[in-house]
Amino acid sequence: MSDQQPEVERMSMEADIVCVGYGPATAGFLTTLGRALMNEDGTPIADSASMPGMPPQVICYERADDIGFGVSGIVTKGRGIRQSFPDLDLSQVPMACEVTEEKIAYLYDPYGASRKSMGMKLMETALLPFKKGETLSAELPYIPPFLKKHPGMLLSMGQFMQWTGAEVMSQGLIQIWPGTPVAEPLIEGTRVAGVRLADQGVKKTGEPDTGFMPGMDMKARLTVVGDGPVGPIGRKLDQEFGLPRGKHQREWAVGMKMVVNLPEGCTLKPGTVLHTIGFPEPEIFGFLYVYPDNMASLGIFVPSWFDCPVRTSYRYLQHWMQHPYIWQHVKGGTMRSWGAKSLQESGRRGEPHLVGDGWARIGEGSGTTNVLTGSGVDEAWTSGVQLGQAVIGLLREGKNFTKDNLEASYVTTRRASWLEEEARIAEKSRDGFTKGTFRGLIGMALSGLTKGALNLPGDPKRPHERILTLEEYYQGKISGARIAEIKKATKPNGQTMHDALMDELGWPVINYDGSLLVSHQDALLLGGKVQANHGYADHVLFADAKKCSVCHSPVCAEVCSGQAITVNPDGPVPLFDREKCVHCGACMWNCTQAHPKDAEKTNVEFVAGSGGLHSAEN
Amino acid sequence: MSYHIVVCGSIVPDPLQVLEPIVGPTGPALKNEMMLPAVLDPWAGHALFEAANLAKNVPNSKVWLVALGPKAKLQQVMMSVAQKALFTLVAADGPASGFVDAFDTAAALTTAIEGIADLDRDKMLLFGGWQSASRGTGATIQMVGERLGIVNQFQGVDKLTVNADGSMDILERIEGGSYLTSRLSSAPAAMGWATGELPEPPNNPQVGMMNMKSIMPALQQAKPAQLTGAGFKVENVAQPKVMRQTRIEKDMSTDAIAQEIVAWIKG
Repeated sequence: MSDQQPEVERMSMEADIVCVGYGPATAGFLTTLGRALMNEDGTPIADSASMPGMPPQVICYERADDIGFGVSGIVTKGRGIRQSFPDLDLSQVPMACEVTEEKIAYLYDPYGASRKSMGMKLMETALLPFKKGETLSAELPYIPPFLKKHPGMLLSMGQFMQWTGAEVMSQGLIQIWPGTPVAEPLIEGTRVAGVRLADQGVKKTGEPDTGFMPGMDMKARLTVVGDGPVGPIGRKLDQEFGLPRGKHQREWAVGMKMVVNLPEGCTLKPGTVLHTIGFPEPEIFGFLYVYPDNMASLGIFVPSWFDCPVRTSYRYLQHWMQHPYIWQHVKGGTMRSWGAKSLQESGRRGEPHLVGDGWARIGEGSGTTNVLTGSGVDEAWTSGVQLGQAVIGLLREGKNFTKDNLEASYVTTRRASWLEEEARIAEKSRDGFTKGTFRGLIGMALSGLTKGALNLPGDPKRPHERILTLEEYYQGKISGARIAEIKKATKPNGQTMHDALMDELGWPVINYDGSLLVSHQDALLLGGKVQANHGYADHVLFADAKKCSVCHSPVCAEVCSGQAITVNPDGPVPLFDREKCVHCGACMWNCTQAHPKDAEKTNVEFVAGSGGLHSAEN
Repeated sequence: MSYHIVVCGSIVPDPLQVLEPIVGPTGPALKNEMMLPAVLDPWAGHALFEAANLAKNVPNSKVWLVALGPKAKLQQVMMSVAQKALFTLVAADGPASGFVDAFDTAAALTTAIEGIADLDRDKMLLFGGWQSASRGTGATIQMVGERLGIVNQFQGVDKLTVNADGSMDILERIEGGSYLTSRLSSAPAAMGWATGELPEPPNNPQVGMMNMKSIMPALQQAKPAQLTGAGFKVENVAQPKVMRQTRIEKDMSTDAIAQEIVAWIKG
């Protein structure tokens, strides 16, 4: 990490506004800003401080190798997006369409292998009148209004980002530079003076190597932080300035998904939205969204309150796909794309300081995700638009980007908007999940139907405090002696334990078909096309090796979306292969040990790095 | 002594993607081509990085990148390429699918090159890819050279050394895994680059910012390329046969794996 390296001479440049991360929030910000930087008479709304006589210089840095390489299947009401594009023609955005049909289905377990609480069993019984035997599912007869997405739209995050990026850059006033990881903010007292880019030409350890090029300092009057929940700049600001009193970021999920070509003859219509609960484990939710041209986005969410110490998104995704309710539609299909992403599910409760002198936070990393409605993209977009409008106002008035000015403009607008109103309703809606899925579902319904007036209380623990030992989790299912045997058989071979443990519980073996059911590594190659550029340091680090030596289960390796973290046969500290990393950041919160310096964090450090997914269809 | 280096190179779909040829209303095309991420043709990339390196080492030299491709995609790719090497972009709007006649493409590129105001043809080194990830041959750069009247042409170039007397030693790949070294007294010359010897340069934001001065105006001013397609017909388009078999082996020796792979390759 940079604070451990000797000082080196760095190049420096200046802009007026520098943005970190090109996701939906930054896209909303730049779309709004780009349209207003010039007056109708062709003069700029304000002079650039860094290049006098020119319009404000706006630069955005994105870690991924292209601006469409994010991952998310999106169903959204798109209120903010439509406000930005009143004449939006979805046919112009590849893979986009209107929502036409919505269903929520409870999936019964065909194998009897999942763990179900008494509450979930009661729920299964209550849904029996709606159960369809052939698909082992019960479609809910009623979708509560807070979960409805109709009228709304389906989008591919990758395609939408490409489309917005082309719009933003075509104006010629804003530059978006992909393939450029940002290492850290330049903090001067309480002020952020810009950002430092990641060093290039370094070894895995970060030491200079052939072609060493120290990361440049990009100084700016305003730094816009939209690097998402696992982005290094937002988290460094949290570390430096702390979270506001009462706020914490303890609720997470990893979303893993595929984009598939549906088989010929599939009867699902474009715009169909299927959400599932109950299987493969009660804690794991699933989704399937049907795009035009017989394509679909499908996947699962594995949350931090799923206490399994060997939670593996990939194998669970394969079991979920093969559930008869889903399999009837996708059997015979082909994977086009695959990926994974961490979601910050604390929502407003995890909201950091939104502004400071010279900086502002937008998007998911700023707590915009609505955990009640399960909606994040439009909220992130809207926060970017709100900041864009505020910045335009400040530029026009010739005001500086001070904390006070940003509070009075951006934060005030955000607080008065639907974004804040709905975030407040959602704030405590998921607390019940901390004490079980059934209680969580009841809590969500209560919060949603009373608009947040009534909530079931919970006990949000830090992720590392929740993870059970293998013996605790499998109590009554697999004996301690058998677990020890499995551990002894897997560790020397550098294998994780989840496959052996799931086999033991009765989960069937996955029979690969080479097109939809493929090995995890094939998903990386065929779906994610994962790559890492040469000459960057490792971005997953283990803060304290001693902590790894007392870890009861390397959940970091078990959950790793790309099998980039693996069990070390020769020692306690897991191995990391950055060429397989999809930058989902799941390792950051899937760790049994607290960080040696900050109990809110875990022992896994996730810093700036290069590479990741190379698919723009996610 | 200085050089005016013109690199012809455009975009191709990211080779990591699965490409599916289809026959569209205007002939063969790639399914969902505009949805797929694109990259600078890797062969043209080698040529560009060699050009930038040469220009850096020979004072007062200059590099132009002449690209024929769909404007929106070119814009996106340039945001990655522009950080790696200093150049001035000259853009022509048109397809880069690989289903355009190399003759037509060469004509369009020649027109674009002839429109470069401050290009000194006596100092000109015409660079391009010896191969192309979408077009498959170095025919385009050869024809551009011919149209520009450049008679000294080299294909499969891996190294260019400028000597003290201004002459150039050019290392060309030839048949049988051998190399041919030629000595060229001076520019102009055309070179279709093989892989060259330089690694991909790191991203340099300062270079990117300098390049932006030409990139956005070039894209905004890019004229549609005149591609007639006359006398050219694609008879057949097919994907190379791909075989993929996945099997999990837990206790197989390295030798056994190697033997099985050899047997599999032999069919």
